[in-house]
Amino acid sequence: MSILAWTWILTGLSFALYIYIAYATRAKSTGDFYAAEQAVPPILNGMAIGADWMSAASFISMAGLISFLGRDGSFYLMGWTGGYVLLAMLFAPYLRKYGKFTIPQFMADRYYSNSIRVLSLLCAIFVSFTYVAGQMRGVGVVFSRFMGVGINTGVIIGMALVFFYATLGGMKGITYTQVAQYVVLIIAYLIPAIFISMQFTGNPIPQLGMGSTISAEGAARLNDATTQGKYLLDVLNTIQKDLGLAAYTSGQRPRIDVWFITMSLMIGTAGLPHILVRFFTVPKIRDARSSVGWALLFIALLYTTAPAIAVFARTNFVKSIHNVKYVDAPSWFKNWEKTGLVKFVDKNNDGVMTIAKGAWDKPDSKNEVKIDQDIMVLANPEIAKLPNWVVGLIGAGGLAAALSTAAGLLLVISAAISHDLMKGIITPDMSESAELWWARAAAGVAVVIAGLFGIYPPGFVAQVVAFAFGLAAASFFPCILMGVFNKKANKEGAMAGMFVGIIFVAAYISYFKFVNPAANNKDGWWFGISPEGIGTVGAVLNFITMWIVGKFTPEPPQEIQDLVGSLRYPGKAAPPSSAGH
Amino acid sequence: MSIHATKELQAYWKENLLIIVIHLAIWFFVSFFCGIMIADQLDAYMIGGFPLGFWFANQGSIVIFVILITSYVMLMNKLDKKYDVHEG
Repeated sequence: MSILAWTWILTGLSFALYIYIAYATRAKSTGDFYAAEQAVPPILNGMAIGADWMSAASFISMAGLISFLGRDGSFYLMGWTGGYVLLAMLFAPYLRKYGKFTIPQFMADRYYSNSIRVLSLLCAIFVSFTYVAGQMRGVGVVFSRFMGVGINTGVIIGMALVFFYATLGGMKGITYTQVAQYVVLIIAYLIPAIFISMQFTGNPIPQLGMGSTISAEGAARLNDATTQGKYLLDVLNTIQKDLGLAAYTSGQRPRIDVWFITMSLMIGTAGLPHILVRFFTVPKIRDARSSVGWALLFIALLYTTAPAIAVFARTNFVKSIHNVKYVDAPSWFKNWEKTGLVKFVDKNNDGVMTIAKGAWDKPDSKNEVKIDQDIMVLANPEIAKLPNWVVGLIGAGGLAAALSTAAGLLLVISAAISHDLMKGIITPDMSESAELWWARAAAGVAVVIAGLFGIYPPGFVAQVVAFAFGLAAASFFPCILMGVFNKKANKEGAMAGMFVGIIFVAAYISYFKFVNPAANNKDGWWFGISPEGIGTVGAVLNFITMWIVGKFTPEPPQEIQDLVGSLRYPGKAAPPSSAGH
Repeated sequence: MSIHATKELQAYWKENLLIIVIHLAIWFFVSFFCGIMIADQLDAYMIGGFPLGFWFANQGSIVIFVILITSYVMLMNKLDKKYDVHEG
C-alpha cells in the first residue's frame, strides 16, 4: 500500500477513536467542563498533560531545530522539561488544595481583587491565542504534506474535530481524548527512531544509540566503510568540520543567553495556564504531585528521543546529499523538493550538490542545498527507507500533537470567558446551566478564531511565540509562587509586579521584533540576553516590585493569610490564624 | 486546634521547604551548572560516545528531572503520613 493510503487509514482510525471518546465522556456539569469532576487518575492526567504540552512544533520541528543548533539546542530540551520540576514542587499540590477551576480565579481569591482577575484573564487569553494560532496552522500543514489536500481544507477539518469534542466534552472530553492522542503521537515518534537507531548502531534504544558506535550495517547505509566502529557523535563532528561548520557537540551561543533562555522557558512553562489548570482535575493532592511526575516521564520519552533523531537525521542527510550528483539524488529528495522543504540550486553549475556554511539563497555562500528544519522529522522515515506504514504514522502523530494542544488551549480561553469574565465579574448570579452554555459558546467561538488564524496566519506568529513564554514567566509565575510561599504578599504588590513584568517583557520583545529588528543580535541586546530569554529578567523585576510595593502597603487581611496557610497542608487539617508565617 | 497541632504543622511546612530546596539545588546544578555553565570543561570527559557536558545538556538533565520529581513525590507522601496530614 502507498504512503498516502496508509496515512489516510491511520489518521481516519485515530480520528474515529477521538470522536468516540469525546462522545462517551461528554461533560454534564460545569465541574465536568472545567475540571473533569476532579476524577482523573494521575497516570492518565500525566498522559493528558503530555499531549497538551507537546505541540505541533515539538513533534514536527524540534528535532530539526536541534539538528542545526547542536548543543545550543539544549535550551529547548532542558527549558521545556525543567519547568515540570518547578510545577511539581512549587505549584501543583497547592493549586490542587485550592481546588477551584481557573488561574484567574486563583489570582482573584489569593489577591482579593477583581482587577487582578481581569488582568489575569486577559493574560491567559493572550498567551493561549498566541499559542493556538500555530497549532491550527500545524494541522493544515500536516494535512497538506501527507494527504494532498490544501492547507485551508486541513485547517477546516481540524477545526470541525476540535469544535466537536471541545464544546461537547469540555475538560473531561479533552482529557480522555488527549490520553489517546498521547499514545498515538508517542508511538508515531518512537517507532521510526527505534528503527533508525537499530539500523545505524544495532542498539534499539535511540537515547543510547546516539552515544554508540556505528555498526557495519550503519556504515553501509552511510556509504562510508571508514565510519564503522566509530562513535556516531565523533563521525558527525568530523562531518561538520569538513563542511566548515562548528563541531556538533560544542556550544556556539554566548552562555549567558543560553542560560537566560533556558530559565525563561522553564519558568514560562510553570506559568502557562493550560498546564496549571491540569492540577485541578485530579482527586487528591498527592495525585497532583504524582501526575506531574507521570507527565514529565511521558514528555521525557519524546524529549530525549528528539536529540537522537537530530543526530541520526543530520548524519544521514549530509552523507546522502553532500557531494552527490543531483541526477543521482535519492528519490525522497526529489519527492520533498515539491513541498519546498528541500531545494538544490546549482551555483557553480557542476551538477553536484554541496552543503556548506551559510545560506543556500545567498550568492556569497558555497551552500547549494536548502534544508528546512521540519524535514528531519517528516522525511526521516523515508530517508532511512522504512516501510510505508511507518511513514503514514508520522501524519497521524503530527495531527494528534497539534489537535491535543489546541484543545487544551481553547479550554483555557473558554473558561476565562465563561467562568472568570461572565460568572465571576459581569453576572455573578448566573445559573450553572447558563454558565455551561457560555463555556460551550466561548469554546466554539475560540475554535473559529483559532481556525481563522490558521487559514490567514498573521506574519508575526513565529515572533510572538517568545511572547507566550515571556509573559507567562513575567506575570503568572512570580505571583502564584509568592501567593503560596509568602503569606504577606498583597494585592498592591501583585498588581504592580504583574504590570512591571508584562510591560517590560512586551516592550523588550516588541522593540527587537517590530520596532528595530536590525538591532536584534547579540551586540544590540542588553547584556547579550535575546528576546527569547528576557522573560527571566521580567520575572525578577516582578518579584522585586512585588516585594518593594508590599513593604509600603497594607498586608493582606487575616482570612487571606489563613487561606494561604491552609494551602500548605493536605487533608482537612487547617492551621488556626495564630500559625504565623 | 491545640498549640501542639499548630507546632506540628509548622514543622511539617519546614520539612516540606527543606525537601524543596534540596531538590531544586540539584535541579539547578545538573541543568544550569553542568549543562550550560561548565559544559565546555565537562566535555573533556566522555561517557560512552557522549562528551559529558553535551550529555547533561541533551539527555542527562532531563533524566535527572524525572528522578527528582519521583523522589520528591515519595518523600512528600512519607512526610504527609509522618505528620498525619495525608488524605484518606
